[in-house]
Amino acid sequence: MTREQLKKLAAEKADLINVRKIVREQAEKLAKNTAYRKQILVCGGTGCTSSHSLKVIEQLEQSFKELKINDVLIVKTGCFGLCALGPIMIVYPEGAFYPHMTPEHAKTVAENHLIYGGKPVTGLLYAETVHEDGSIIPFSEIPFYKHQMRIALRNCGVIAAESIDEAIGAGDYAALCKALFEMTPESVIEEIKKSGLRGRGGAGFPTGIKWHLTRIAQGDKKYVCCNADEGDPGAFMDRSVLEGDPHTVLEAMAIAGYAVGADEGYIYVRAEYPIAVERLNIAIAQARKYGLLGKNILGSGFDFDIHIRLGAGAFVCGEETALMASIEGHRGEPRPRPPFSAQCGLFKKPTVLNNVETWANIAPIILNGYHWFSSIGTEKSKGTKVFAVGGKINNVGLVEVPMGTPLKTIVYDIGGGIPDGKAFKAAQTGGPSGGCIPAKHIDIEMDFDNLVAIGSMMGSGGLIVMDEDTCMVDIAKFYLEFTADESCGKCVPCRIGTKRLLEILTKITEGKGEKEDLEKIKEIAEHMKSSSLCALGQSAPNPVLSAMEHFGGEYEAHINEKKCPAGVCKSMLSYYIDPEKCRGCTLCKRNCPANAISGTVKSAHEIDLKACIKCGQCIAHCKFGAIVKK
Amino acid sequence: MSQNVFEGTPEQMNRLLACIAEHRGEAGALMPVLHEAQDIYGYLPAEVQTVIAEELSIPLAEVYGVATFYSQFSLNPKGKHKISVCLGTACYVKGSDKVLAAIERELGIRCGECTPDKKFSIENCRCVGACGLAPVVIIDGEVYGKLTERDVAGILDKYIKD
Repeated sequence: MTREQLKKLAAEKADLINVRKIVREQAEKLAKNTAYRKQILVCGGTGCTSSHSLKVIEQLEQSFKELKINDVLIVKTGCFGLCALGPIMIVYPEGAFYPHMTPEHAKTVAENHLIYGGKPVTGLLYAETVHEDGSIIPFSEIPFYKHQMRIALRNCGVIAAESIDEAIGAGDYAALCKALFEMTPESVIEEIKKSGLRGRGGAGFPTGIKWHLTRIAQGDKKYVCCNADEGDPGAFMDRSVLEGDPHTVLEAMAIAGYAVGADEGYIYVRAEYPIAVERLNIAIAQARKYGLLGKNILGSGFDFDIHIRLGAGAFVCGEETALMASIEGHRGEPRPRPPFSAQCGLFKKPTVLNNVETWANIAPIILNGYHWFSSIGTEKSKGTKVFAVGGKINNVGLVEVPMGTPLKTIVYDIGGGIPDGKAFKAAQTGGPSGGCIPAKHIDIEMDFDNLVAIGSMMGSGGLIVMDEDTCMVDIAKFYLEFTADESCGKCVPCRIGTKRLLEILTKITEGKGEKEDLEKIKEIAEHMKSSSLCALGQSAPNPVLSAMEHFGGEYEAHINEKKCPAGVCKSMLSYYIDPEKCRGCTLCKRNCPANAISGTVKSAHEIDLKACIKCGQCIAHCKFGAIVKK
Repeated sequence: MSQNVFEGTPEQMNRLLACIAEHRGEAGALMPVLHEAQDIYGYLPAEVQTVIAEELSIPLAEVYGVATFYSQFSLNPKGKHKISVCLGTACYVKGSDKVLAAIERELGIRCGECTPDKKFSIENCRCVGACGLAPVVIIDGEVYGKLTERDVAGILDKYIKD
């Protein structure tokens, strides 16, 4: 494919894509330029396919056959972001948003809305998108989307994830074209430097400087790598970019290859993401076919190709030297730095490594210029950040907001608050390397530096909300179990330190904590931070240190009073049946695996505290709320 | 630990050799070969590691070192039905530990083990990215979301009867 052919294809497809991007009236006009009266976008990301969105597509195809509808396009996209409502289906040009789709609902929508002259099925629309008079509010105006600004996720949920033509229609590869024909490698690097883009994978290192160091490094061969080993449990933005817009990653890696002087790239992706891997494979094959990867790209004389390597479930492989060791076929153990990857990386050659979300920001910067990008965000954190918002929050999903957006906006305006009217207790960011943000800091403006200042970190953008039922000792223990399990064992401070911290935390949650334990934790943490080989060990104590700082009272209650204020730590609790509320239905008795409950029909039951194993089965089965933990 | 008898077929061996041939000479070939070998056999028995070591001219110790480093590679056979419970943070705060405990109780085995009849094995995983459905359990690739411990018996029944 030549440069002109690329531009022609982009122009041909532009209207089709734009129908999905703009507001109703204009979209309706635009739709007339396309071959389709309506377009149905169905989420084909991991979240929605797990709740059977593919069956919705099958049903639509079936219904279209029966109803003889042939001018409506079905598009299988990546993630729309509002995963809590999945499977999601959106009908354009009107922008009708149907949540929780089932094949039966899809049939109803096809028969009433998608037929010629049909009207939206108001009862099935997302309630927040319907006015009292029944007219539709475009979903881009509902609170979840209104406060967002989508740069990295700009094409996710907009284009058919497995179509390179749609990707090109949405603007993919235009930046590569611009870089190759209108810019020098130096000016590409300068643009990225001036944009202020910092790595989205955790450390927040300036991307332009990384590229510059790789460009000036001596080497006959250089590599470009993509870190798609999204290991922070609860973060899934990288997966969504790969599933929704894989071409933007390929394009950005090729731009970096041109800028640093590399002709080969590797994407290291988690094997736990089968859909992302499949779409990457499809995208690479398509890009090669179109001559957007391979030899002499777009006739520019520049060669670049990309390979995929699967991870195998090792969190430490998110660390750059470990990741490269794994691509080379070794145990994924980190090595001391320097030398840095820019000088001596993959196969001992100069290598530039960025994570998926960082790559997804490159093309817009090249196309729109650094002025545009650096006007978004805060002084030292430019652009946007994608957060995977999960845990005890109503609108679980992916949220992209300008850097500096207050946590409160994310939790309450976008996230819709905490379920069941419970109180916000803390938000955990940065996963097993980060810390918690307590309620008193809910106004914090989220950027790299503000989070570090209160003892947490941005990390890759996992944001887990916790309510009053979460025990902050238990959650610190959860993270230490994770890091102790994932520590590669190469360096002593991390290998032994995570283990010792976990032992102490386990002791505290079992009601055996002693006063000296908190001091011991701090001492071990200090050694781990100062002497571990890589960031895994250096940051592993963060969750417990930050929880101790903000929720010290809870740790003291566990140690001094042997009480778990949140009612989580089993050994400090006992289960009782409230005789006032018990109706004697025997359900708890029948479900107790330890036969610890006695009582006869229609009389209050009782738990034998000695036999009780505190498994919670009785609470789960009681319909009257008669069982209490004290 | 019980000793597992290797029961590989010639057909599996041919597939393994073909896969090795495809990757021979490629930089960092070991990881993709181990992935495919595990797909073929369901696990990585010593016999298979030996073949890979010889064919790729890599010391067996190194093959073993890599195979044991990564949690997705298994040296023991898994059950007919593979149950994977997500213990990622989003699932954990929504009670996936209780769901796991319920599965362990129902099947009488612990996480990481296989039932004596080789019908079920349980493992945990760290985030499949379906956090909107938390807590999540995956059985043979089928995702079950928004589970409570009460749902467990009903779901397992389908597979027990099978």
